[in-house]
Amino acid sequence: MIKFDNVSVSFSNKKGQLVNAVKNVSFDIEDGEILGIVGTSGAGKSTLLRTVNQLQLPTGGKTVVNGVDVGGLSGGDLARFRHSIGMIFQQFNLVSTKTVAQNVAFAMEIAGRSREEISRRVPELLDLVGLADRADVYPNTLSGGQKQRVGIARAVANNPKILLCDEATSALDPETTNDVLRLLKEINAKFGITIVLITHEFDVVKKICQRVAVMDKGELVEIGDVFDVFTKPQHDFTKTLLSHTFDLDVPERLTLDDAKPLVKIIYNGEKAEDAIVANVVRNYGVDVNILHGKIEYINDKPFGILIVQLIGTKDNLDNSLDYLSKNTYRTEVLNERN
Amino acid sequence: MNETNYSDLFDNLLPAFGETLEMCGIALLLAVLLGVPLGVLSYITAQRSICQNKLVNLVVGFFINVVMSTPFVILLVLLLPFTRFVVGTSIGPEAASVPLGIVAIAFYARLVEGNLHAVDNGVIEASLAMGATWLRIVTNVLLPGAFSGMIRGLTVLAVTLVGYSAMAGIVGGGGVGDLAIRFGYYRYQTDVMLITVLLLIALVQVIQTIGEKASRKVQK
Ligand SMILES: Nc1ncnc2c1ncn2[C@@H]1O[C@H](COP(=O)(O)OP(=O)(O)OP(=O)(O)O)[C@@H](O)[C@H]1O
Ligand SMILES: [Mg+2]
Repeated sequence: MIKFDNVSVSFSNKKGQLVNAVKNVSFDIEDGEILGIVGTSGAGKSTLLRTVNQLQLPTGGKTVVNGVDVGGLSGGDLARFRHSIGMIFQQFNLVSTKTVAQNVAFAMEIAGRSREEISRRVPELLDLVGLADRADVYPNTLSGGQKQRVGIARAVANNPKILLCDEATSALDPETTNDVLRLLKEINAKFGITIVLITHEFDVVKKICQRVAVMDKGELVEIGDVFDVFTKPQHDFTKTLLSHTFDLDVPERLTLDDAKPLVKIIYNGEKAEDAIVANVVRNYGVDVNILHGKIEYINDKPFGILIVQLIGTKDNLDNSLDYLSKNTYRTEVLNERN
Repeated sequence: MNETNYSDLFDNLLPAFGETLEMCGIALLLAVLLGVPLGVLSYITAQRSICQNKLVNLVVGFFINVVMSTPFVILLVLLLPFTRFVVGTSIGPEAASVPLGIVAIAFYARLVEGNLHAVDNGVIEASLAMGATWLRIVTNVLLPGAFSGMIRGLTVLAVTLVGYSAMAGIVGGGGVGDLAIRFGYYRYQTDVMLITVLLLIALVQVIQTIGEKASRKVQK
């Protein structure tokens, strides 16, 4: 388990001013989970992540991994600790003078593994990431996605318990991103490795994370189940970050007509199959105009947003809204009613 | 103007050429043996580097700067006692190799340091994240990464040393440059000066070509 306990990091920049990159961040990451950290550029995501393997020392508070205060480690203890944490990067950071196989072997040499073990395990690892046929080429002949696969093979070579990913898919095209995410998910499921994944794309979070932490200007502003954060963002910053998902534009004249409630219905996996809208029509004698809608997938679970206009008598409208609130994930009236 | 005695000249030219090669060769060898470690030391002990050490960094930097900023002729004279102590004499190509070697060490240390700085920081960070020691990073990442640049640097150094070796001739170091000065400059034998200069140009050209080829060959 990773525990951020009131972690702060400040730098003095070139002008000698203090930059508070991370401010009093506290939260836990459970064993085996995939946690996303999102936030805009400069939010302090990388800096926070780097305290997990002491690439960065906290200037306040502490980062604790499996009961060990990371900041207190040095020398051989720190080296051994780092062997148990894999890390992958946006720019892959492979050693350009080593072949694919040598890059993976390098991680094991560092961890002091025997030559026999290395020569047995490297092909297995390359097999895992689907690069068995590229073992002897140099990284500059690989595509971005392939490079990241080598990075992943290298990162998991010593059977780490934790995998840190700093914008690991940000340099890749959408399709390659999906491939890499699928591989990460597979590794998480197969080996139970805890994955902490930084990204500025909420799409990445939706695809593989169970929980997400949102950072803004060095602070943790929100953390929770991806589905909850996604459907009920609490903080303004998160709302802005997610706005493209929820901004289903409807013509303004419709929102002005306050006799006809404009309703946003959000429904999740289990309820998606119920004929909720049909029930409203049938049971309450209310007409439903569907104006906009889409379905998102979070962790492969469908999650729908629908904007509808209800037309009917006041009583029927009240009853149908009541029904909707009870039977959907969330129902929200977008225009004011008297 | 004096008559040129060509057979006399050629009798002198061959050994002089050998002396030049000897001086520059010894200096190059010293540069590789001591300049590389010194350049690495300067790089790794710098602030925020992988083996930070203020004092060592300061001392190394000071040595390099002093040697590089002192005019070579002055260094030559200043080092006379040291040279006499090391090789037992202060004349001849072996003696000239001492100041030449010291300049070569400092010069190459700086070049190596520059090439190390060109190695991608991200790869060093990845190595640190894997728990690599500074020594492993130096041997597995930094030196291989800087290798082709270091070979190019060695070419630059060799060419520079050919020029410097001519100055070493002034204090009795011998070599082609010395010949050029003795025959060509003092005795106004322009043709001799021309021949020796052409010889030096040819030597530089050869070094340059070999250096380029080698550096391209090792590039990944
Ligand atoms: N070594 C450093 N020295 C000085 N300032 C730093 C250093 N590292 C980071 N910072 C500053 O700390 C702040 C947070 O940086 P950080 O890299 O953690 O942000 P980030 O959320 O990862 O951003 P991005 O999405 O661009 O990677 C920034 O203002 C950055 O300029
Ligand atoms: Mg970052």
